[in-house]
Amino acid sequence: MHADPKGVLTGVHFLDGDHACCEGTLAAGARFSAGYPITPSTEVVERFAWRIPTVGGIFIQMEDELAASIAIQGAVWGGAKAFTVTSGPGFSLMMEHIGYAAITETPCVFVNVQRGGPSTGLPTLPAQADMMQAKWGSHGDYSIIALCPNSPQECFDLTITAFNLSEEFRVPVMMMLDECVGHMTEKVVIPEADTIAITPRRFTKKTPEEFRLFEPQSDMVPDMVKAGDGYRFHVTGLTHDERGYPSMNVETQDVLVRRMHDKLKPFENGRAIYEAEFLDDAEVVVVSYGITSRVAQRALQLAREQGVKAGKFRMISAWPFPEQHIRELAGRVKAFVVPELNMGQMVREVERCAAGKAKVVSVPHAGGSVHDPDVILKAILEAAR
Amino acid sequence: MSEALLDIPVNPTNPVEPFLRMDRMPHIWCPACGIGTTVNCFTRALESSKLNLDKVAIVSGIGCTGRVAGYANLDSFHTTHGRAIPFATGLKLSNPELQVVVYSGDGDLFAIGGNHFIHAARRNMDIKVICVNNLTYAMTGGQTAPTTPASVISATSPYGVFEPSFNLVQLAEAAGASYVARWTTFHVKQLSRSMEEVLHKKGFCFIEVISPCPTLYQRRNKMGDGLDAMKFYKEVSKVRNGAPTSECALTKSGEIVVGKFVDRDRPDYLELLRAQMTESLGDRYADPEVSCSEG
Ligand SMILES: Cc1ncc(C[n+]2csc(CCOP(=O)(O)OP(=O)(O)O)c2C)c(N)n1
Ligand code: SF4
Ligand SMILES: [Mg+2]
Repeated sequence: MHADPKGVLTGVHFLDGDHACCEGTLAAGARFSAGYPITPSTEVVERFAWRIPTVGGIFIQMEDELAASIAIQGAVWGGAKAFTVTSGPGFSLMMEHIGYAAITETPCVFVNVQRGGPSTGLPTLPAQADMMQAKWGSHGDYSIIALCPNSPQECFDLTITAFNLSEEFRVPVMMMLDECVGHMTEKVVIPEADTIAITPRRFTKKTPEEFRLFEPQSDMVPDMVKAGDGYRFHVTGLTHDERGYPSMNVETQDVLVRRMHDKLKPFENGRAIYEAEFLDDAEVVVVSYGITSRVAQRALQLAREQGVKAGKFRMISAWPFPEQHIRELAGRVKAFVVPELNMGQMVREVERCAAGKAKVVSVPHAGGSVHDPDVILKAILEAAR
Repeated sequence: MSEALLDIPVNPTNPVEPFLRMDRMPHIWCPACGIGTTVNCFTRALESSKLNLDKVAIVSGIGCTGRVAGYANLDSFHTTHGRAIPFATGLKLSNPELQVVVYSGDGDLFAIGGNHFIHAARRNMDIKVICVNNLTYAMTGGQTAPTTPASVISATSPYGVFEPSFNLVQLAEAAGASYVARWTTFHVKQLSRSMEEVLHKKGFCFIEVISPCPTLYQRRNKMGDGLDAMKFYKEVSKVRNGAPTSECALTKSGEIVVGKFVDRDRPDYLELLRAQMTESLGDRYADPEVSCSEG
């Protein structure tokens, strides 16, 4: 299925990441958004509020992020593609409903334009310190997908990917921007609607009598319905059986939690999104994402100029963690260097997958700015020694 | 208790059955709990409303009352604690032909969810909110709620509640509700009628139902069983339709003013939205088509 041209602003634009992300939501078919203002993410919904009345949809500014993050799920069960947008403090409030989206398998998109934390932290300055929160922030075991654009163009492209993946796997998908990417202005090319692939919602073909709300299909993902179509279905955040009915026992919990976990396996096994460079001969691999990948690019270039065989592995999908790739590289490189705008989050995953086969060097940064490329360069040179 | 033990024949024509998920019976509620009475009234209202029930959705939060959604034979949503109203807001806006009913407890709607309540009322969101007010957090063991009257003993107020409590009907009116009524579970006819009325009324409607929790609230406060609660409601209730809501505060053993207090017409959220957009954008305004299509 292709994008509905009504939402696609085909052309060459000069947009910042937040605005590009908004255009991505419209191209992806989102016609409902609920939000609560917070720097540096508000521009996404400000643009949506401006654009949506002429496209045909609704933006509602809710009373807080708890409300915004559940209103979008009400909208999804009413038949919409929907998303919300926030930053650190609001992301913390949304955790409850990321869990609700996970257990109810509600396809939706959460955009987090990361700023310095904890708490109110650095409202206008960048960080990448919510990466673990994106994966583990809500209580219980569940799976999500997180994508990390490093340019306004990717903010547009990956937002469409985020919606498509949320429909395919029925998980909440996080767009993990950072303040720099959100506010950086660059050329953004928006293609013709008929070249943009859209994953449609997989509505059930069964009759209400045959239909079971959480009956897994061959891909472990159940088919969707929407309210008002006569299915008389029940959705609950309690542990539930295939009918969607609460069933609080060990067996049902086991089946449900394992399926929620396993349904992302096809993504984990071979569909990680990444950008690689110079990996063939690499001795040191810089693993990075978001704005840090652009700073690391400079360090990488300087390292190669100095004769160090440095390669690049840029995570575009950070969750599920691209485990296979890191494991494979760990068997043949000397070291990984992991710069990130936090005190060392994704580096723990790299360490886990390297499993002692390659050295792992963290290059932390407390946030508020980006790394000095020389600091990353130094880490590469030391790791290569 | 099983039917065999009681030896009561199952009445295959029980009029509430079509409105309930009979495959989920027995329900979890205690004997003499008032929630079931309110559900009975709700099924009557659904029936007499003549609405197409495929187009009625019910949303609950968490609590004993929060379980109502799970038993209603409608598209039904058991959400998170306090968030039934914002969920219902999204549901209604994405699918405006649905009649969306929020059915939840006093703690859910007015403590953790209080902010959502006042904002939905302010917006005049076209949803119908039914609050089973048992004056306590029942599900978690009978703790103090923002509705618990002064001097009541609760699990977290072992020496008696001293905080002032909310007058829910006054709160709803002040926040902008289009319709506000209060009944007790003794007033089953009036309650059913009010429920039916709001199913045909546009805008944010609020019905408070004072309801007994014999297991926790009544027992701890030596207020007897379910029957004693009915006697109490009968004795202290006073029907005063149109009474100023400021005069309807509840106390532990004082008068319970019941009736319909507010019934007014205000444009609802979607009407206001359409009017504003049409005024600002004219022909460029595209009516919302929020639902996504199949592939
Ligand atoms: C975020 C969160 N906090 C606390 C709880 C525990 N909890 C479950 S029900 C409830 C209170 C319910 O009270 P009320 O809404 O009055 O419903 P009732 O059980 O009295 O019908 C609480 C505090 C929860 N489920 N979620
Ligand atoms: S605890 Fe109270 S409110 Fe809950 S089911 Fe029992 S009687 Fe009803
Ligand atoms: Mg209660």
